[in-house]
Amino acid sequence: MQRVTRDVLVQKAISLLSAGTVDRVLGWKAGEFSYDVTPYVFKDAEALKADFVFDDFCGANFSKYLVKECGKSEGKVLVFLKPCDTYSFNQLLTEHRFDREKVYAVGIPCDGMADITKIREKAEGISEITAEGDGFCVKTLYDGDVKLTKEEALAERCLNCKSQKHVAYDELLGEEGEVIDSGRFTGVEALEAMTPDERFAFWKGELSRCIRCNACRDVCPACTCEKCVFDNPKSGVENKAIADSFEEKMFHIIRAFHVAGRCTDCGECSRVCPQNIPLHLLNRKFIKDINGFYGDYQAGEEAYSRAPLVNYTTEDIEPADAVKKGDGENA
Amino acid sequence: MSMNEFKPKIVAFCCNWCSYAGADLAGNNRLSYPADVKIIRVPCSCRVNPMFILRAFQKGADGVIICGCHPGDCHYTSGNYYTRRRMALLFSMLDYLGIERERTRLEWVSAAEGAKFSQTMNEFVEAVTALGENKRLEDLRCKE
Repeated sequence: MQRVTRDVLVQKAISLLSAGTVDRVLGWKAGEFSYDVTPYVFKDAEALKADFVFDDFCGANFSKYLVKECGKSEGKVLVFLKPCDTYSFNQLLTEHRFDREKVYAVGIPCDGMADITKIREKAEGISEITAEGDGFCVKTLYDGDVKLTKEEALAERCLNCKSQKHVAYDELLGEEGEVIDSGRFTGVEALEAMTPDERFAFWKGELSRCIRCNACRDVCPACTCEKCVFDNPKSGVENKAIADSFEEKMFHIIRAFHVAGRCTDCGECSRVCPQNIPLHLLNRKFIKDINGFYGDYQAGEEAYSRAPLVNYTTEDIEPADAVKKGDGENA
Repeated sequence: MSMNEFKPKIVAFCCNWCSYAGADLAGNNRLSYPADVKIIRVPCSCRVNPMFILRAFQKGADGVIICGCHPGDCHYTSGNYYTRRRMALLFSMLDYLGIERERTRLEWVSAAEGAKFSQTMNEFVEAVTALGENKRLEDLRCKE
């Protein structure tokens, strides 16, 4: 799929700004390093020309930013949405978290974003990364130039991309993609096939690394409560445990449960995790279970759809049978 | 009885309209259930937030059971249907994390089923006693 270039996006933004359709632009700006791209609100053409970037590190999902941004001015805000972002956009709309009238959404095609952690594994001491043909050329301090293919640097969530189709936009740049099946539940199935002790050992290893930075919660487009249960100073578990054990499991189970049925599987939680915990494996378990127990449901596919946890049928599966459901298939 | 014999701590969330009355009936009928079961009365099984369950485990419970009205009999029409969906997902998730699945249970017990209440509790306590102490979900920050 042909990606639209940075210049096309800047031109589009400037023309919408000068026409008065929007009065600000939610876009990406380079951070301290070229690969450390930060969301930024651009207010004029000069700033856009100077600082707007669009490359392989623009993974940030802007949907959640709309919740606060919409309240800041009477005018509309221009937002660029990749296909997976549009699912979160619809989901937030369903939950009445922002005013659709105050947003001008431009859909942009996406062929997967790079993950800096994966590049770091191959190239130590990165000084500069440039796109080169269908891959990257990484200048490093110690190993000279390292060449990587796009596939090698692709983020985990993009390897398991669920859709290149936009489900919401006012205008679309580039060509529309398709909903794809990339086996995103393979990781969950592999875990289900293990014995309980192996699963426990796996999760203990992963979750004990958690430093409770709350980045997964803060970035999640489904986590938009103004008061969060995890901020309760009296809970005794609001901070990181002073132990290198399995203490943070409640945070992770509840975090995933709070977004169950509403999680669009955008993968932001795993992207921002500084400890590289595969948080999407928790979310995907809920998605897989919901699909298996109550019929296929993709959060955000349609705005104003009814989430499975605020719905029921009189014939639903009993919890005792639900936990056994995976056994037969994997035994 | 030896001093070292393991006595599990069991938390039972009982719906005010059915299971709680069921427990009462069990008492009236002189049916026994283990004293390890601590009953918490809730207005509806649907009141039980999944966090309550994990919190009980964090604080040292060895098993948690939720009792509600039979599907179709909810005092508030549909509360227990939501409970059923929530608990199906939560129990499946706990299983996915490698937590023993016998530590959690959802049972439908009506106000007329004193015998079922007693039997359920006896079975549940027996199953949890066999598993031993809950080590996988405890949280030392919360235990007293």
